[in-house]
Amino acid sequence: MLKKVGVTSVDELFTQQIPEDLLLSDVTKLQLPVAADEMTLQRELNAIALANDTDKISFLGGGIYDHFIPAAVDLLASRGEFVTAYTPYQPEVSQGILQVFFEYQTMVAGLLGMDVANASMYDVASGAGEAVLMAISALRGRNEIIVPESIHPDIRETIHAYTDNGQVQIVNIPVGADGIIDTALLEKSLGEKTACVLIQHPNYLGCLEQVQMISDMTHKAGALLVAVVDPVSLGLLEAPGVWGADIAVADGQGIGLPMYAGGETVGLFACKQSLMRKMPGRIIGMTKDVNGKRGYVLTLQTREQHIRREKATSNICSNHALNALKVTIHLSLMGARGLTRVARLCLANMARLKAALPKEAIVYNAPCFKEIVVRTKRPVTHVLEEMLAEGYYAGIDLKKRLGSSDYDNCLLMCVTEKRTNEEIDTFAQKLRPMLVGGEM
Amino acid sequence: MENEKMMEIPPTDCPSIFERSVDGRVGVVLPEEPAGIDALIESSIPSEFLRKEQPYLPQVGESDVTRHYTNLANRTLGLDTAFYPLGSCTMKYNPRFHEKAASMECFRSLHPEQPESTMQGMLRIVYEAQKWLGELAGLPAVSFQPAAGAHGELTSMMVIRSYFRSRGETNRCKVIIPDTAHGTNPASAMRSGMSTVEIKSGLDGRIDLEELTKQLGPDTACVMITNPNTLGLFENRIREIADMIHAVGALLYVDGANFNAIVGRVRPGDFGADLMHINVHKTFSCPHGGGGPGAGPICGRDFLAPFMPHPWVMLKDGQYTLEDDCPQSLGKVRAFIGNLPAAVRTWCYLCELGAQGFREVSGYAVLNANYIAKLISGVYEIPYGERCMHEFVLSADKQKHQGARALDLAKGLIDMNYHPPTIYFPHLVSEAMMIEPTETENIETLEKFAAAMLQLAEVAEKQPQQLLESPVKTVVRRLDEGLAARKPVVCWPGNDFNK
Repeated sequence: MLKKVGVTSVDELFTQQIPEDLLLSDVTKLQLPVAADEMTLQRELNAIALANDTDKISFLGGGIYDHFIPAAVDLLASRGEFVTAYTPYQPEVSQGILQVFFEYQTMVAGLLGMDVANASMYDVASGAGEAVLMAISALRGRNEIIVPESIHPDIRETIHAYTDNGQVQIVNIPVGADGIIDTALLEKSLGEKTACVLIQHPNYLGCLEQVQMISDMTHKAGALLVAVVDPVSLGLLEAPGVWGADIAVADGQGIGLPMYAGGETVGLFACKQSLMRKMPGRIIGMTKDVNGKRGYVLTLQTREQHIRREKATSNICSNHALNALKVTIHLSLMGARGLTRVARLCLANMARLKAALPKEAIVYNAPCFKEIVVRTKRPVTHVLEEMLAEGYYAGIDLKKRLGSSDYDNCLLMCVTEKRTNEEIDTFAQKLRPMLVGGEM
Repeated sequence: MENEKMMEIPPTDCPSIFERSVDGRVGVVLPEEPAGIDALIESSIPSEFLRKEQPYLPQVGESDVTRHYTNLANRTLGLDTAFYPLGSCTMKYNPRFHEKAASMECFRSLHPEQPESTMQGMLRIVYEAQKWLGELAGLPAVSFQPAAGAHGELTSMMVIRSYFRSRGETNRCKVIIPDTAHGTNPASAMRSGMSTVEIKSGLDGRIDLEELTKQLGPDTACVMITNPNTLGLFENRIREIADMIHAVGALLYVDGANFNAIVGRVRPGDFGADLMHINVHKTFSCPHGGGGPGAGPICGRDFLAPFMPHPWVMLKDGQYTLEDDCPQSLGKVRAFIGNLPAAVRTWCYLCELGAQGFREVSGYAVLNANYIAKLISGVYEIPYGERCMHEFVLSADKQKHQGARALDLAKGLIDMNYHPPTIYFPHLVSEAMMIEPTETENIETLEKFAAAMLQLAEVAEKQPQQLLESPVKTVVRRLDEGLAARKPVVCWPGNDFNK
């Protein structure tokens, strides 16, 4: 090969093209690991595994949830063709993955009650960032976005980074005493500059927002409603499209993906038909081949960066394809009945947990789905340590997570369908004395 | 309704999952609901919050689902199926071991809000992967947070925005981008609120220093450079370019899409880069997954560290920690830490190869590209010369005049069981075909592919009509993309919400 190429060594290919002073003279000086074989590396990984504790009984939520995943999801999605394909720019050899995305779009749109969905985003936070930018671009002249305190702190920070370009104003709405948006305050904040209102439902504190009222107010002001939802909750709760969301985003982690310390996940993204051409990301459309046979292609590509460059609706290039596939397989297996069952089991478990806790400890009155905030007697950090020693991840310290003393002694807990009655009962029994109103 | 008309198009032998749906079927067995649950729901959730109609999802059994998605896998061409010389995408073979490592239960079952002390293994992986990537880039401040290459670009633009803001240089919002750049570069710059200027390449396909000088000024935030560039050429005056950029107080951003060509041999930090992103799904063994998830970690000089997204993964007194108290940080660009399975694969790859191994990666990547270029040059025109880095761009102009465009050649390759190269990019080569074989292909594959390309040229010369018909061996023939865009049908029409 060297002879044919016309060099005497591989190194010569580099010295011919790269100034010598830019080439590393001694690669061994780099601080890199010594090359290891597979067997050695597996041993190392097994040791690393021991430094991860996944044996505790978990009541953690806050955006990442321990939901059941049927074994078939990963087994089917690990087919080499799916795992090693590229973005389907060549549709004739990519009909399989294109059809997967088309089915994914259909399921996501159906689940969220929206007209159209894209072929997925990275995660819910970046999806929310894209959604507010999309709203601003759809309503020219309006540059304010209303982002209440009741949304996930990472979503809030991501939106801030995405819109921190000197042209967008973020308006904050505090949480009321009942754990949801103060709608009177919201109404006052809405105006002709408002491009969109973003709400999370159930919100970060586990509470259900007054979605219909918020939606009506938002639209009356001529703004768009961006909804962040939990796809599992939609087995039970009304779809955002029905209560009026113009753009809906969600994280797909709870429907087929492992928790994986928070990622990778996949962002569900859907909108009203009228906004379709403003949507970021890949969209798959159905069409015909030259023989009139059904086929699928990437479509509406004139929105995208590889065609429009600086004029694109977004810089997004990839979706999170393989995770979208897992969501598609998961939803196919579950069907509406399975998803509804999971949502109802979550609710039943939450009711069981709630009933076992002192009433005085329940911080908010608003109805909740699978997450709840309770007040502890001592700082949450102490409670978490004690519960850890008992074998539990008891929840999230809201004061620390939200960086606000408004949430002193507030613990956010989550219960999914995976927790057994016995786990819930024993957990509640151990936690009870540490909660306000709980006997010692 | 357009949607319903589309439904009448006869399905191929693989109908949609919705057409397989039969009322009452389900693909999973779940625990029974407790008694009295209806009353419980009624008492805990006001009815206006409850869903009135069940979501539109298929009703199918596990065997239906298994057959359906297995058939769809069969209708997808992956790197596991065939040679994939897709320029700029670095479609290399990745060890199966990394898939096993990334799917270990000890990583999958971690919750991000667990105490740091209970996820030391995961944090160590991220910490070490970041440290080693920084070492290979020569840029020690690394964040694994961005979820993709384009996301890394966007995050980098935000880092640069925060950096200049901290210095009071808010006027710096111009980003200079060569015309050979990927489309994501200008799109990412715009998305961060900056403006872009494109500069024309010189006759040698590299950055024209005079053009660059004209644009550089006190309003320049950065120059985005892909090196080697998308023509597969190393920007050999890069240090001079870096000096020019730094002289006006701007930064040099490197798009690491082509890092595979130089990894272990050239460190962008050494030639003057201030910040770069790395596509770990190209260079560091994460499979592409049909379009993600990969990851786009960014590596920068130490002075940019304070602006990186948080949490920062740090090592303090022998304990790995997640640091969120980062007042100058741009904030976050996604939830939680990052795409961690990608970090596991990257870590494995770094451990397997070591320093010398990466020299071999870039060495064979460049040798393989030069070998194919040599074998087909002459029959195909290679406008910027056949000596190249890890990829080269040929022009099918000659073949176009004979009657078969680059697109037709690409479709012809499909019938020969190859994934076609990238076509019509970069834009400054007419009828461009961009070929990147990667280091993981053997000589037989390279020679067979070159022979196929030569055969294709012969067909283009003698029977171009034949290529216009291709592909003919695929499950569908050429598709009507115009129809899809004019009358978009993006959901299966049974969905009630689409009526």
